[in-house]
Amino acid sequence: MPEVLQAPLVVEFPFTRSLGPVQSAFLTGLREGVVLGVRTGDGRTLVPPVEYDPVTAEEISDLVEVAHTGTVTTWAWNHEPRRGQPLDTPFAWVLVRLDGADTALLHALDAPGPDAVRTGMRVRIRWAVERTGAITDIACFEPYDAEPGPPAGRQPGRHTGEFQNPLTGIVAPARLDYTYSPGRAQSAYIDALATQRTVGERCPSCRKVYVPPRGACPTCGVATSEQVEVGPRGTVTTFCIVNIKAKNLDIEVPYVYAHIALDGAGLALHARIGGIPYEEVRMGLRVEPVWTQGARYPDHYRPTGEPDADYDAYKELL
Amino acid sequence: MSKEPVAVVGIGQTKHVAARRDVSIAGLVREAARRALEDAELSWADVDAVVIGKAPDFFEGVMMPELYLADALGAVGKPMLRVHTAGSVGGSTALVAANLVAARVHGTVLTLAFEKQSESNAMWGLSLPVPFQQPLLAGAGGFFAPHVRAYMRRSGAPDTVGSLVAYKDRRNALKNPCAHLHEHDITLEKVQASPMLWDPIRYSETCPSSDGACAMVLTDRAGAARAPRPPAWMLGGAMRSEPTLFAGKDFVSPQAGKDCAADVYRQAGVADPRRDIDAVEMYVPFSWYEPMWLENLGFAEAGEGWKLTESGVTELDGDLPVNMSGGVLSANPIGASGMIRFAEAALQVRGQAGEHQLERARKVLGHAYGGGSQFFSMWLVGAAPPQS
Repeated sequence: MPEVLQAPLVVEFPFTRSLGPVQSAFLTGLREGVVLGVRTGDGRTLVPPVEYDPVTAEEISDLVEVAHTGTVTTWAWNHEPRRGQPLDTPFAWVLVRLDGADTALLHALDAPGPDAVRTGMRVRIRWAVERTGAITDIACFEPYDAEPGPPAGRQPGRHTGEFQNPLTGIVAPARLDYTYSPGRAQSAYIDALATQRTVGERCPSCRKVYVPPRGACPTCGVATSEQVEVGPRGTVTTFCIVNIKAKNLDIEVPYVYAHIALDGAGLALHARIGGIPYEEVRMGLRVEPVWTQGARYPDHYRPTGEPDADYDAYKELL
Repeated sequence: MSKEPVAVVGIGQTKHVAARRDVSIAGLVREAARRALEDAELSWADVDAVVIGKAPDFFEGVMMPELYLADALGAVGKPMLRVHTAGSVGGSTALVAANLVAARVHGTVLTLAFEKQSESNAMWGLSLPVPFQQPLLAGAGGFFAPHVRAYMRRSGAPDTVGSLVAYKDRRNALKNPCAHLHEHDITLEKVQASPMLWDPIRYSETCPSSDGACAMVLTDRAGAARAPRPPAWMLGGAMRSEPTLFAGKDFVSPQAGKDCAADVYRQAGVADPRRDIDAVEMYVPFSWYEPMWLENLGFAEAGEGWKLTESGVTELDGDLPVNMSGGVLSANPIGASGMIRFAEAALQVRGQAGEHQLERARKVLGHAYGGGSQFFSMWLVGAAPPQS
């Protein structure tokens, strides 16, 4: 059996987020070295703040400034920090209840080892040198043995949440790292493409040939294994003319994106049509693949010069 | 034991716009929820459970938004669950909520759906660079345009039909304050002169990208009796699915859509939808889907749907108005779009649709579809409770 293929797949987008009034005040506050919580209907102070009361569901916006010192309420040691984590040396994940708050904030604690961390220990904020209005403006927490006290020069207490140049949105990059495998059936299909052959699999029940094969028939629900070579010629069953340049795609517009039923296949695959002016492409056009050196797939399909196929011959393969 | 009748007693929508930068996702969803509660004259405490839906996670990059939104939706201490069925999710979400009432699991359920497209990557989130595969697609339009061409070939419809739908829906939207697009200077010529994006689909025949949310309060007979305004009654509701691609798939009129509609009509005792149903809010993200779905839903014979559009039957003053609200073509917060169809159908039978209210709206169908035309969800609502 040929080797099953594998490759990394990274899915990554820089998502934007509108903050709304409460998160705007919280993150702008961090930029200014101020930690804000929000007061709930039952008199508790939540840090980080939320927009809606977890008990009554009412909108809440009474902001409170809390101290830069606090108490670890629980923790876990991180032996191997990963990319993007707050510290690049081993550290403790901690929940810290800042003085003046009733709930705890998740962050990192810089400590020499797990023996130096305990629930109940006193810590304080280590601010980042450059602050932009993000939770990472708190670089991490560090052990702090002095008495609890207000941030220098200010009394904890009510805060308007108003700052110069408030932050209204953030960019929250998200990234997922997968190891992608197309599986046994598609690996065999891709192997065959290397010799410029298109090989699908026939369903033992409905006898339809799937190209590309999936290893199973989606309508009969049975495994497929019988390999069947299809094409190389086929029929354009339907198409559109794409006039929008796609991101990261090196194809000049306009181009024709077509459904092509290769001879012998039970459904159409999708490919680009070339070698003919785009406005002359039509349903029923007979086409064949054009390969370029070293490419995994045909670069495009071009007219064979045969007469067009009858609509009845392909109308079930759109 | 028969099912509990399900009534819609509260409906709330945001004004759908390109970007709601003033609110967080929670703030957006909450706005629709609060309006639905105000319509029903209920408070958060009156709600027994919350059912929420949105489009796939990677559109906005928020995994499990139902966890983060529990506070905002008054769901603390209550059951909260999330429904996923791609673009049809708003409809499926409403049906899951309705089934909780029909089964007498809960008396009153708040159901919501949302999308903040301005903070998402809907277009490229659907075109991931999968290894070993040939990148080719150009977003959803590139996926659906060949099916529109297949419909045109199969039906022999004149190529102006798509522009007629877009022109109608954009004019209807002028009467709907929640619609995203209010193109006061729209003309048929402008629609027809707009650039071809994915030939045969023109720019003006595609849906916008919107931020918005929709919420409904669903309740039982007792709840409906207490409601301050006339309820809409669910007369039938169904969902069907099929694979994205399979040998024999009919993209022009998918079997799952036909089966779903037939199930709804059977539940509601509808023998002839064209005769028995007064209007439709259907999911038409590209204008040509109006004639396609008219056939799929049994309002016209195969190949004949475009004739209803062309002859004005689907206009606001026609015999079978379609998308009185302006439809998906006039507002598309993806995750919410299906629920907006369901809610607009309910608004009509309640007589609460405002300027786009129909004179005769006793039975109105709400319809949603999603994925590669593979998920369908529909409900038929009526001004009178179901007979059983």
